Amino acid sequence: MSDEPVVRIGAGRGSPIRAVRELWRYRDLFEALGTRDLRLRYRQTFLGVAWVVLQPLAAAGIFAFVFGSIAHVPTDGQPYLLFALAALAGWNFFSSVLTRASTSLIQNPQLVSRVYFPRLILPLAVVPAALVDLLVTFAVFVAIALLQGHAFDARLLGAPVAVVLLAALALGAGFAAAALAVRYRDVQYLIPVGIQLALYASPVAYASSAVPARWQALYYANPLAAPLELLRWSLLGTPAPGWPALWYSAGFAAANLILGAAVFRGIERSFADEI
Amino acid sequence: MKSDALAIQAEGLGKAYRIGRGLRATTLAEKLVRAVRHPLGGTAGEPFWALQDATFDIPRGQAVGIIGRNGAGKSTLLKLLSRITTPTTGWADLRGRVGSLIEVGTGFHPELTGRENIFLNGAILGMRRREVAQRFDEIVAFAGIEPFIDTPVKRYSSGMYMRLAFAVAAHLDAEILVVDEVLAVGDQEFQRKCLGKMGEVAGAGRTVLFVSHALHAVSTLTTRTLVLERGRIAFDGPTTDGLAFYRALQAEGAGSPYAYASPPGRTGTHVRSARLKTSVSEGVHRHGDPFAIEVEIDVADRVPKLCFSVHVTDESERSVNHFWIYGDGPAFRNAVGRFVVRFDVPRYRLMMGHYTITIWLNDRSTHQTFDLLRHICPFEVTMDGLVRPDYDWNPEHMAYLEDYSWIVSGA
Repeated sequence: MSDEPVVRIGAGRGSPIRAVRELWRYRDLFEALGTRDLRLRYRQTFLGVAWVVLQPLAAAGIFAFVFGSIAHVPTDGQPYLLFALAALAGWNFFSSVLTRASTSLIQNPQLVSRVYFPRLILPLAVVPAALVDLLVTFAVFVAIALLQGHAFDARLLGAPVAVVLLAALALGAGFAAAALAVRYRDVQYLIPVGIQLALYASPVAYASSAVPARWQALYYANPLAAPLELLRWSLLGTPAPGWPALWYSAGFAAANLILGAAVFRGIERSFADEI
Repeated sequence: MKSDALAIQAEGLGKAYRIGRGLRATTLAEKLVRAVRHPLGGTAGEPFWALQDATFDIPRGQAVGIIGRNGAGKSTLLKLLSRITTPTTGWADLRGRVGSLIEVGTGFHPELTGRENIFLNGAILGMRRREVAQRFDEIVAFAGIEPFIDTPVKRYSSGMYMRLAFAVAAHLDAEILVVDEVLAVGDQEFQRKCLGKMGEVAGAGRTVLFVSHALHAVSTLTTRTLVLERGRIAFDGPTTDGLAFYRALQAEGAGSPYAYASPPGRTGTHVRSARLKTSVSEGVHRHGDPFAIEVEIDVADRVPKLCFSVHVTDESERSVNHFWIYGDGPAFRNAVGRFVVRFDVPRYRLMMGHYTITIWLNDRSTHQTFDLLRHICPFEVTMDGLVRPDYDWNPEHMAYLEDYSWIVSGA
């Protein structure tokens, strides 16, 4: 049977095409790890689900109180709770993918040091659980919006695009952070700090239209700004981000994914020796 | 030999580790400080060659044993062939899917049920979902856990857990199977079952690499053996000759076969040596006599949660006694240097039989294992001079015999 694959192990890194093919071969592991996380989260039945629903609601509530009622931040004419919740759904998805991807290797040292599989599966496998959380938040959002008499339209089709952009931005950074965290133990503490800072630099608690016109270009240098505004546009009909900002964000996301994966693969070979 | 008929072809495989902690920055902050201080990079540290220049061919369908003393490079070779780590030099071609059983039960999650863990663990071992589904009933039957299949495995006894873990691994459909000591689990009956399964696998024309300290298992399962010594292949040939070579190696040089000494050149936090104080002679202890275990530990960096323990293990791999030092007391948690740890047992009442010890040195906070030494310091326990009326002693009756008195009252 000479049609069997020959795997060469050596000191080199191997081609990216091979790596992608290998990832595809292990797609069932992706599914199994994704299901594991989902089961573990939603099996703690009441608390698990309640947490997923309450956490964004509570965050949106606090934002509504602080920014909406006290600071009177402009919301492009929307009720503040919905305004914040729409962007928070996307923000929480981004931050949970990034956070969990960045610790995915150091949280599974037995897997890394005892079995072979394409290591990229670990950060990738955090996406399904985060996606389900996102859908739950969307459901809560839709329920509240309908109660308030809001009508949805075809702009909803923009939401998946925003989610894909956010996923790519989170994963690229997550790949690099996961790999670096194996070598440098403080990386896992830096990520939450960075995420916290990025929250205030992104249009979540306020509308990007609140930023003075001469700062707009600089503001949209943050690649998270466009997808978050896109999400809010598609859910609430607030002003859409411009095409240049969207294209910039898409290009950034793609480069980010490729770079993140490259950093990951550069360190990958020594994971088992260092973890 | 035509290369098509080869399952594994290795050429000059080698693996070097950089030794000495502190040579490499372990935090980003430290890395930045160093980059500022030494912009041209610092010293690289001495390489330690765990495996060097391993060249061999393994034909399809051959069962090969890999033996050698602790630190000889066996696990490094297995890790390379199972692609867990990558070689520093050389290469190897593997034809066919490699299944590696370095440790069973990897990735088992206590909160998930037996059924869920079978699918998860199968996927981790590289099985497709439908393969696991096809073999599901077989796996459950082999493990003998049918009634508990939908119970979370955290409720399983350790025996059930290990049986399930081995069952999944044993049904892995790989052309090349790399096995490390997995037989060291469960009770004797289950071990026999595992050995049987391994024999079946080897007989079915699959290529098996089998690393073990259990020489009898190596001799029944394999026809060819590689003996590793200090990172090199010291012997490659028929198993019977390989075992003889290995026994000679154990007896020669490197001190007593009843004691352990770490490989020369080893640095970092590790167990430097271990020996037993047995009462009759080296390696022979009389039941009920004073007994001691003496272990030298080198601590290279301060590890505030350093944990140290010793198991005394019988022939069926059961841990009969466990001696440990956890908690904040011991000096080795707060300083670096060389420490001697001694456990004294005033009257050690092991049942007659053959035993070895397992030493474990670990950081409780990071779960980093500095040393895990299995099957070292072999010794025999005799019960000469200890007579029991009406019945002879039988090792099967108990693992440990405690002193007690009895009173009969009434009538």
